Amino acid sequence: MSRKEEILHLLEEDSRLSSAEIAERLGYDEEDIVVDMAEMTADKVILGYTAVINWEKADSRHDAPVDALIEVNITPQRGMGFDKIAKRIYSFPQVKDCYLMSGGYDLLVVMKARTLKEVANFVFDKIAPMDSVVSTQTHFILRHYKSHGIIMNENEEDNREAVVL
Amino acid sequence: MRTLEESSRLSDKVKNIKPSAIRKFFDLANEMKGQVISLSIGEPDFVTPWVIREAGIYSLEKGYTHYSPNTGYMNLRRDIARYMYERFGLSYQPDEEILVTVGGSEAIDLAFRAILNPGDEVIVPEPSFVAYNSLAVMAGATPVSIATKPEEGFRLKPEALEAAITEKSKILVLAYPNNPTGGIMPREDLEALLPVLEKHPELIVVSDELYAELTYSADSHCSIAALPGMHERSVVIGGFSKAFAMTGWRLGFALAPKDIIGGMNKIHQYGIMSAPTTAQYGALTALREAYPEVQRMKEAYNQRRRVLIRRLNAIGLDCFEAEGAFYAFPNIACCGMDSNTFCETLLAEEQVAVIPGVAFGECGEGFVRISYAASMDNIKEALRRLERFVNKYRE
Repeated sequence: MSRKEEILHLLEEDSRLSSAEIAERLGYDEEDIVVDMAEMTADKVILGYTAVINWEKADSRHDAPVDALIEVNITPQRGMGFDKIAKRIYSFPQVKDCYLMSGGYDLLVVMKARTLKEVANFVFDKIAPMDSVVSTQTHFILRHYKSHGIIMNENEEDNREAVVL
Repeated sequence: MRTLEESSRLSDKVKNIKPSAIRKFFDLANEMKGQVISLSIGEPDFVTPWVIREAGIYSLEKGYTHYSPNTGYMNLRRDIARYMYERFGLSYQPDEEILVTVGGSEAIDLAFRAILNPGDEVIVPEPSFVAYNSLAVMAGATPVSIATKPEEGFRLKPEALEAAITEKSKILVLAYPNNPTGGIMPREDLEALLPVLEKHPELIVVSDELYAELTYSADSHCSIAALPGMHERSVVIGGFSKAFAMTGWRLGFALAPKDIIGGMNKIHQYGIMSAPTTAQYGALTALREAYPEVQRMKEAYNQRRRVLIRRLNAIGLDCFEAEGAFYAFPNIACCGMDSNTFCETLLAEEQVAVIPGVAFGECGEGFVRISYAASMDNIKEALRRLERFVNKYRE
């Protein structure tokens, strides 16, 4: 594995690590890590740093946001392949993820909204009326069990003995 | 009520087993459990990978709840043979040279009892895991210690081995990667022992290789049994506890020539019958499917190891570059305390638990064992407290 790959694997697990900490964990000089990170940011290999949040537990006066998966069927039009239609959809800021899929439908759109109604409005007003969109099917997420490889409500108690020789 | 020390009805053998040098620390650490950062635990902090746990559950659902053959399921022995060949170049016949045991500990006990006669000597390089000396005594033999040194990476040197051998020597214990030092024995160091071993063909090597997967230098682990002439006179002890994070499943194995495995199985079949069936099903899946998990855990240990050793040296606790297992073994001389006092004081004042080196033999005095089978956050916080402690007591 190259040094850059090693850095990426580490950041994927904990994006808050400083270059000094990365250097210490992987056994390299900090300067090398700084250079690698700058290069990967410039090359858009690293696109951003985010936190994994359990909104159900967040101390908020509002309800937890609504997450929806929208399956979209599309007729690709001459001179306007999937990419262009996808772009018209994913450019809306409320779209968190957008994938071209094999199988029963074409685009999978992941959306985060404040209310159920907001999702419904978005689908009815924005997506469904698009010329190339044949049909949509919306699914609401009821519970997050695991997100970004992290189990949401895991008990991490250390039940080992105090001393093991 | 009679205490263990006063009791006269126990056997002489049991009475002859020395009490641990860290009994007081042990009691203290147990009392404070839950309130301290524990770098005192010699087992993975990871839970067994789910793919293995799931296989164990499935085997129970299927009703695989009976005895296995005494020596373990044949398909498991076959897979162990293939795994040990592919990983370490060891060649053993699954039908007569492999025994599945209740952890590596049972395998060590069986090897000693199958090989030793009263009066025989067992050579144990120290610092070392605590079981060898007591198991030797239980087998009626006499343990003979060799002190290894940090400046030699706690490796066994041929001159030291030669000096320890008498006409009574029967077993040499090799335990690398080592608990508690983290030391390893690379191939060239093992080869350096061969001339001495050739001069003493009656000596059998019991090689405890429980930590074989956990080495962090470019050279992976080398087993002495892979060296010329050594297959016939070695017992290799392996297991699932450390690399696969399966301590509580209690599953290990021994690889040895047919006669020795046969002798060990004689004791095993009466004392144990067979290793736990559920654990054997878990182990099968471990070998077939969980190797990526082993690599993932090993990478996590390695990152913690680098952080721990670098910072221990920066604090002033001289620590040799441990290349195996999940332990660092720093020298605590700068604080002017013996290892028991150091650990008891550290526990009381900073709520950090590490193990006094003297627990692992007299030559471990002046050192402590720090386990990095703990989360990075806990390791870093423990290091901050350790630094404050060392600054306070540094002479």
